[in-house]
Amino acid sequence: MDLLYLIFVDPFVQMGQAPDLLVQTLWDGLVSGVLYALIALGFVLIYKASGVFNFAQGIMVVFAALTLVGLYAAGIPALPALALTVVIMLALAVAIERLVLRPLLNRPDIVLFMATFGLTYFLIGFGQLLFGGETKQMITRQLHLPQGAIDLHILDGLVTLQKIDIAAAVIASVMVASLAFVFQYTRIGRALRAVADSHRAALSVGISLNQIWVIVWFAAGVVALATGIMWGARSEVSFALEVVALKALPVLILGGFTSIPGAIVGGLIIGLSEKLFELYWGPLIGGGTEAWFAYVVALIVLLFRPHGLFGEVIIERI
Amino acid sequence: MLYREVGQYHASYRTDTAIFPIRQDRVGMLVILAVAFIIVPVFGNSFLLDVVAIPFLIYALATIGLNLLTGYTGLLSLGTGGLMGIGAYTCYKLATWFPGVDIIVWILAGGVTAAAIGALFGVPSLRIKGFYLLVATLAAQFFLQWAFERVPWLYNNNVSGDIEVPTRTLLGLPVTGPNATPATRYEVTLCIVVVLTVLASHLVHSRVGRSWMAVRDMDIAAELIGIPLLPTKLLSFAVSSYISGVAGAMLVFLWYGSAEASVFSIDLSFTILFMTIIGGLGSLLGSFLGAALIHMLPIALRNVLPGIGLDLRPATVEHLNLMIVGALIIFFLVVEPLGLARLWQTIKQKLRVWPFPY
Repeated sequence: MDLLYLIFVDPFVQMGQAPDLLVQTLWDGLVSGVLYALIALGFVLIYKASGVFNFAQGIMVVFAALTLVGLYAAGIPALPALALTVVIMLALAVAIERLVLRPLLNRPDIVLFMATFGLTYFLIGFGQLLFGGETKQMITRQLHLPQGAIDLHILDGLVTLQKIDIAAAVIASVMVASLAFVFQYTRIGRALRAVADSHRAALSVGISLNQIWVIVWFAAGVVALATGIMWGARSEVSFALEVVALKALPVLILGGFTSIPGAIVGGLIIGLSEKLFELYWGPLIGGGTEAWFAYVVALIVLLFRPHGLFGEVIIERI
Repeated sequence: MLYREVGQYHASYRTDTAIFPIRQDRVGMLVILAVAFIIVPVFGNSFLLDVVAIPFLIYALATIGLNLLTGYTGLLSLGTGGLMGIGAYTCYKLATWFPGVDIIVWILAGGVTAAAIGALFGVPSLRIKGFYLLVATLAAQFFLQWAFERVPWLYNNNVSGDIEVPTRTLLGLPVTGPNATPATRYEVTLCIVVVLTVLASHLVHSRVGRSWMAVRDMDIAAELIGIPLLPTKLLSFAVSSYISGVAGAMLVFLWYGSAEASVFSIDLSFTILFMTIIGGLGSLLGSFLGAALIHMLPIALRNVLPGIGLDLRPATVEHLNLMIVGALIIFFLVVEPLGLARLWQTIKQKLRVWPFPY
């Protein structure tokens, strides 16, 4: 009985007693959800346009952030460094297309998936070789990102909103909206969707696969850079981010691999639910539940909807 | 010419369907076994045994476990690390409860819990496929690792949170713990690996293995020809998890000596998945080749790079190492996407017709 009370009644009593804490938690969950969604967005872009599950997205985030910080440390002013990083991400996209994707054309998905693993290892080694393995501070102030916090006195309490979090949410929304627009209404977007449907059919109507791949990987690189800046501004730039990137997987599962709005909704659901669970139910089982809660949520959703909440249902024929 | 099979007739089904139908293969296998059982432990130093041979065998066993699931049944999994942990922690608990019983029994028993838990996490596989299943197994991986850290009962409430391997003897010889010689641990490891490999080989050549492969090739079609999907997939999960569990128990008891929860992290799962795919999906030989390549390559690079006159800091060597491993993975995928096992088949074919082109 006691246990049932602790599980089903007590958390809600706590929520009612301290509404400011609840609002703060909701806000934190929302922000981490946005960041998960940004990482997931990079995955979805590449998956949509080439059918490759890009495991290297996580390390691309780290690599982009490290490049930016590294260039700044080398004496280049912040904004030119940002521009230069974008150029480097373009170079990376071209290199990946030439050296990895082009030779592996028409190979099974699992092979491409494994190739992105190889890419991950390579980039980890390369990044550490160039910039060292230690953690770094993101150059938040130099990039003219807002700092500090807004304190809201509501509900008889105090809710603190970090300005950088607000900026992250705004930037994420803008990116998502523009990507959705590009995918839906432009010529390139149509070509991207055609390539996703069938490489061969797209080639036959004159779409250049190589060009599309470079564009997609470059877009994913820019998304990675934005993610890296935001995430780096919230904590710091380190290779540990790569594990955080795995959290994008349950987000993708919830949203479906092919849906951009799905990635956003999935990110928000995961971010909110894991923060709430950790605060109110986590202490019952020893805490630290953020490590696995997202995956279990994804597992439960999958049991009822095997293609995620927004994914396309795949019809199998013999 | 070198690999002639002319004159080797198969007069019965028994010889025709043998695992090694060609005499050269049988002889070669015996030579390899003789080298592994006698030459390596007699002439190998503790570096060769402890750093190269024992880890290679344990990784190979874990890779076989995953290969049964991923290569033969077509179900992707990233839960191997967690399941290996289950094997290790079960073995540890059993060995502390019953100190008198032979440790080999507990290493083999460690896999049983892993099999049960693996089958439990395999239940969703009936509805979930491909990358979606990957996430389901990730849930297992992260949940299990969390449990290893947060449930003190599992590590006997140690202050350090590690599991320490006690000294246990087999026929008077210490097999585990600090007093066991590398040679003894190597021989025990080798025996377990050989026995389980033979069992796995018989399994995949049997009715069970054929039904796994049918499910892998197309599960709806397999169901239509009368293969019950859920029992087949669950059996695959259970057998694969059993082997992973045994490998995990061996990892701690015969190699590491003590371990904390982070040993069984997602990285271990990735390593094993790498070995499986680089070696060749659906090939037991490939499991060994993949484990050998991924495990020994960094060791070789670490020793070779400073050797050829490049004077580098150890950290730089590590970074170069990662880069080279990553580049090689891509290279192998480009050159031979079906893995090292296929490479060996190509070489065999070349040897068969040598010195003529065809």
